[in-house]
Amino acid sequence: MIEARPLPTRQRPLAQSAITGGIGESVKRPEGVLKVSGDFPYSSDLWAEGMLWGSTLRSPHPYARIRAIDTTEAATMPGVHLVLTHADLPGRKVYGLEIADQPVLAFDCVRYEGEAVALVAAEHPEQARRAAAKVKVDYEVLEPLTDPELAISGEGPSLHEGGNILRRLRIEHGDQNAPAEVVVSGEYVIGMQDQAPLGPESGLAVPDGEGGVDLYIATQWLHVDRDQLAAVLALPPERVRLTLAGVGGAFGGREDLSMQAHACLLALRTGRPVKIVYGRQESFVGHVHRHPGRLRYEHGADSNGKLVYVKASIVLDGGAYASSSTAVISNACSFASGPYAVPNATIEGWVVYTNNPPCGAMRGFGSVQNCFAHEAQMDKLAQALGLDPVELRLRNAFQTGDSLVTGQPLEGSIPVAELLRRVFSMPLPETTDASRRDLRELPGGVSNTTHGEGVRRGVGYAAGFKNVGYSEGFPDYSTARVTLRVVEGRSQAEVHTASVEVGQGLVTIQGQIARTELGVSQVVVLNADTRVGSGGSSSASRQTYITGGAVKTACEAVRERVLEMARSELGDRAGRGETWRLADDRLVDASGRTVIDLVTLLGDEVVSEEREYRPRPTEPLDERGQGNAHLQLAFAAHRAVVDVDVELGLVHVVELATAQDVGKAINPQAVEGQLEGGAAQGLGLAIMEQVLVTDGKILNPSFTDYLIPTILDMPPVRMEVLELGDPLSPYGLKGVGEPPAISSGPAVLAAIRAATGREVSHVPVRPDDLLDL
Amino acid sequence: MRISCRVNGEVREADQVWPGESLLWFLRERLGLPGAKNACEQGECGSCSIYLEGNLVCACLVLAGQAQNRDIVTVEGLAEPGALHPIQAAFLETGAVQCGFCTPGLIVATHDLLRRNPEPSDAQIKEALAGNLCRCTGYAKIIAAVHLAAGRLVSAP
Amino acid sequence: MEFLQPTSWREALEMKTARAEALPIAGGTDVLVDLNFDRHRPEVILDLNRVAELSEWQPANGRLRVGAGVSYSRIITELGQRLPGLAMASRSVGSPQIRNRGTVGGNLGSASPAGDAHPALLAAGASIEVTSLRGSREIPVDEFFLGPKRNALKPDELIAGFWLRPAPGPQQFAKVGTRNAMVIAVCSFGLALDPEQQTVGTGIGSAGPTPLRAGEAERFLAEALGEGDHWRSGQPLPESARERFGELVARAARPIDDVRGTAAYRRRALAVLARRTFAWAWQEYTAQ
Ligand SMILES: Cc1cc2nc3c(=O)[nH]c(=O)nc-3n(C[C@H](O)[C@H](O)[C@H](O)COP(=O)(O)OP(=O)(O)OC[C@H]3O[C@@H](n4cnc5c(N)ncnc54)[C@H](O)[C@@H]3O)c2cc1C
Ligand code: FES
Ligand code: FES
Repeated sequence: MIEARPLPTRQRPLAQSAITGGIGESVKRPEGVLKVSGDFPYSSDLWAEGMLWGSTLRSPHPYARIRAIDTTEAATMPGVHLVLTHADLPGRKVYGLEIADQPVLAFDCVRYEGEAVALVAAEHPEQARRAAAKVKVDYEVLEPLTDPELAISGEGPSLHEGGNILRRLRIEHGDQNAPAEVVVSGEYVIGMQDQAPLGPESGLAVPDGEGGVDLYIATQWLHVDRDQLAAVLALPPERVRLTLAGVGGAFGGREDLSMQAHACLLALRTGRPVKIVYGRQESFVGHVHRHPGRLRYEHGADSNGKLVYVKASIVLDGGAYASSSTAVISNACSFASGPYAVPNATIEGWVVYTNNPPCGAMRGFGSVQNCFAHEAQMDKLAQALGLDPVELRLRNAFQTGDSLVTGQPLEGSIPVAELLRRVFSMPLPETTDASRRDLRELPGGVSNTTHGEGVRRGVGYAAGFKNVGYSEGFPDYSTARVTLRVVEGRSQAEVHTASVEVGQGLVTIQGQIARTELGVSQVVVLNADTRVGSGGSSSASRQTYITGGAVKTACEAVRERVLEMARSELGDRAGRGETWRLADDRLVDASGRTVIDLVTLLGDEVVSEEREYRPRPTEPLDERGQGNAHLQLAFAAHRAVVDVDVELGLVHVVELATAQDVGKAINPQAVEGQLEGGAAQGLGLAIMEQVLVTDGKILNPSFTDYLIPTILDMPPVRMEVLELGDPLSPYGLKGVGEPPAISSGPAVLAAIRAATGREVSHVPVRPDDLLDL
Repeated sequence: MRISCRVNGEVREADQVWPGESLLWFLRERLGLPGAKNACEQGECGSCSIYLEGNLVCACLVLAGQAQNRDIVTVEGLAEPGALHPIQAAFLETGAVQCGFCTPGLIVATHDLLRRNPEPSDAQIKEALAGNLCRCTGYAKIIAAVHLAAGRLVSAP
Repeated sequence: MEFLQPTSWREALEMKTARAEALPIAGGTDVLVDLNFDRHRPEVILDLNRVAELSEWQPANGRLRVGAGVSYSRIITELGQRLPGLAMASRSVGSPQIRNRGTVGGNLGSASPAGDAHPALLAAGASIEVTSLRGSREIPVDEFFLGPKRNALKPDELIAGFWLRPAPGPQQFAKVGTRNAMVIAVCSFGLALDPEQQTVGTGIGSAGPTPLRAGEAERFLAEALGEGDHWRSGQPLPESARERFGELVARAARPIDDVRGTAAYRRRALAVLARRTFAWAWQEYTAQ
């Protein structure tokens, strides 16, 4: 029997409450009691006897050759136990999700400002910081390559073997020369967004005394961390054990390694537990960001407003290392024309290496940048045609039987028009006289910039979509072990996966599924760790689908065994064993009468099954960008109502409305939480969030200058949740997490355009953009 | 430096405190009270909110030394051990908790709001909680939680 | 690092004289950020929180003397009526947590061009009382700021408090930020009308190396109000004069481009804030 692995804390051990509701109910999260009482052990809360603190020396230059590193002085500083550089690495010196190109510690050169160069372990973090500052690195500073267009052109330094074009993708769909009656074009610039999860990168590595290591960590994918770590540490994977510590949000920022390898290296070499916790500033260089991009679009339509073609050129800045860039550009291109049927398309995408901060996964994964562009284009087209923007979208909305620009046919429910109609029909918030409104309901808020002067209202619409799960043939699966046994006189199901709760509610959902499938009142979900097979990442809106599928499959196997047990023990009374099922802690017959209660049936028996769940495989894209590269598609539409102070260029979002098809809401309250939270991140990108990078340096690596929405910035979200099902997925569910973050921002921009009459093409919109400055 | 203060009603002490240490670090690492969270350490997110002498403050912006002999209440001290404060229960029930990293700070800030203003309007809630960032929920359910808790506290005997 | 904790004003001044390098800390909302972000490692920290005198305020000789350690929250609740401009500025500072700790003394100590108390103090014609064992002096606030984050304090001096008259007329404060709460000013503007003296006070924040007064704009507006006998009649100023006031305020600014905004935007926004705050102040004046 596997017991939950305790996390090293000074608190009481992690004890989650059991789950007592099935699918479709708004079951409360079992770890919630710990979270509201302050006792939930996050990765930065861990503690072990004799623990040391690790600190990382980072490059001040975006691009420089390392001539020499001298650690002599640092090593003799008070409290210091160990200083490490690349020369001390036991195994592979580089890591990466798709391409191993990122140094664990920089060796020949540094390629971005903030790249890790050396590590210190000391008794107190201040000692570790002071010592790190004493590591002398002799840099030959080089001219950084910071312009992605320059990277494409092939001029400038080649940052990696094979040049600076990380991936180029071309999608050719239909007639490449189709003429159109009405043509609109535009160029859109999207800034770099930070995931800004509140919990900083952190974890605790504990050496096992036998050359192996236990890492307690906040991550999005335990096994992919483990496999990268094993290579770096030159250990077999089974000697690198990962246990999930509490995750303070992720949003893509925890897909790549941050401090994982560093803590393990220090712990293995010092023989002491080592904790590393990034500060907010370090966090900005400690994880990848959403790719900034420049997108050039041309839309052609006939005079009835039917799209004839879309041409797009998408350039994403991948920054210094590959991360998941190659998959992001694939999404950006696949969904470049939006949820609209277009017979002809030419989409050209590049993602390139530069000396800017590395970019990778963030909620929406490639579909966010392009949605700003295609939705702005649709509004432009509507204007050119003299059509209502929603009407134009309705005329082109995807329907079942249409295909993506990649040629992939659209199957099942494709409710784009329905979603648009719904947001269009929701009542609008009332318009009150701006001069009589509370300051807190005006642009500028309590900063008192307007009492109604200059305030104009605008309403805008947008629709967006993306895939759920991995794409392009990348193997997608998850593993679950489900155990049924009697605990203290009650039947109890235990679910164990390596799939990560990042706050989305996966633990709750695993329990709900087990409860539904096994009919037991009490379900316990063990904390995730690598003692069970991989669950894949908590990303791509995939966990409820894939890990949910794994839990369901494992439950079915357990149920089958229990029924089998019953049939053989009770004798298949008149062959009716076929219709027996589990419900309310009992085995019941077709009419719901108790055959035997589970406690009696199970006795001392422990029924445990581990299963993998694999959805339908996807295919790579061919040289013309064609192929069935995506698993499931999820759609949403948004309407935004904004007030803009047109004299100051300040925006107050009055309301967001959304409609989304979730297939089946496994936990309705959690679905709402995803719709609201995702919309807030879209709003943030639309009007305030941007990592400002000049000459390869981040100018605003703090929450003082990288602004995310406060409670005063976020309006109420009106929503309609559709449950249209999907024949291929467990319970017919669709991934929920990302669509809310895709079309919300573009709707806000559309509303700003409507309020100001301006062509806003920079995201986030800046006050200057609204004032002709 | 030796520091002694009263935390959640109990006198707590620690020795060899580095004078540059924040009260947040002191509470979390020296006293083993991780309820106040370390999300920004620059006062911007409020996840480290605690009471210092009855005032709502960011523990990350107070030096440990400044808390000498002072009275501190953290999220761990709001309810009886093993029980939930009505505000905590309301956050849980309304789904105001996702990753939960912002939650302890929000609960302390809500506690402070409701003792000063037992039945706040939406606008008042927003102004009072503007210093508590949440990246997961989009805040709607947090507002709902505050209303729910306020209703229960007002009608409680 | 050493930590000094005086319990009286006298002791604080003695410590500051003995250890000129000591960094005072009041609410800590600026100091702690520098410490936590490893930007600054002072050798000595001088905690002023236990100096009771600093957190008092009282009327004296027709003016108010406010201790350097009075928090923004207390200014809003205790002095909101008497110092409306400063209270409005205080309300826009950070969050409740910040306002509970942060002090005007600390704002002055940091002397950031973006400090929100500054435009309000400039507009109201405040003066700053600074003290050392050598004695006290009062510095007019428009002479207090010497450069970006530099003020007129001598190494042995501490800020005791500030002086200003209870508002003789309407006061306003407005600040532009790209978020609806919790923002450092992109630019800000304070305005104070003094119907008794028939003068106008202004303060510009975050649009120059220091907080600034818009002297020419002040004189222009006072004259325009005086000439047309507006103070008595309460008649609105002509549009052109209001525009001109805004232009003169914008012209007094010396902004740069930085991460929070562009110089051009700051100028533009200041003109708007100046016009609007004047309109609100005038409306309040004529409503009385
Ligand atoms: C999240 C956050 C939001 C903020 N928002 C705003 C905002 O909206 N507007 C704004 O203006 N500021 C803002 N600030 C900055 C800060 O809160 C203010 O500058 C505040 O007034 C500082 O006061 P304090 O008492 O905390 O100063 P401290 O940090 O204690 O000190 C600040 C400086 O003043 C010196 N000092 C303090 N007292 C004295 C004294 N009596 N004599 C001599 N020197 C002294 C200190 O040595 C130090 O250099 C914000 C800060 C944070 C962390
Ligand atoms: S950690 Fe203290 S406010 Fe963010
Ligand atoms: S729940 Fe994650 S930050 Fe609020």
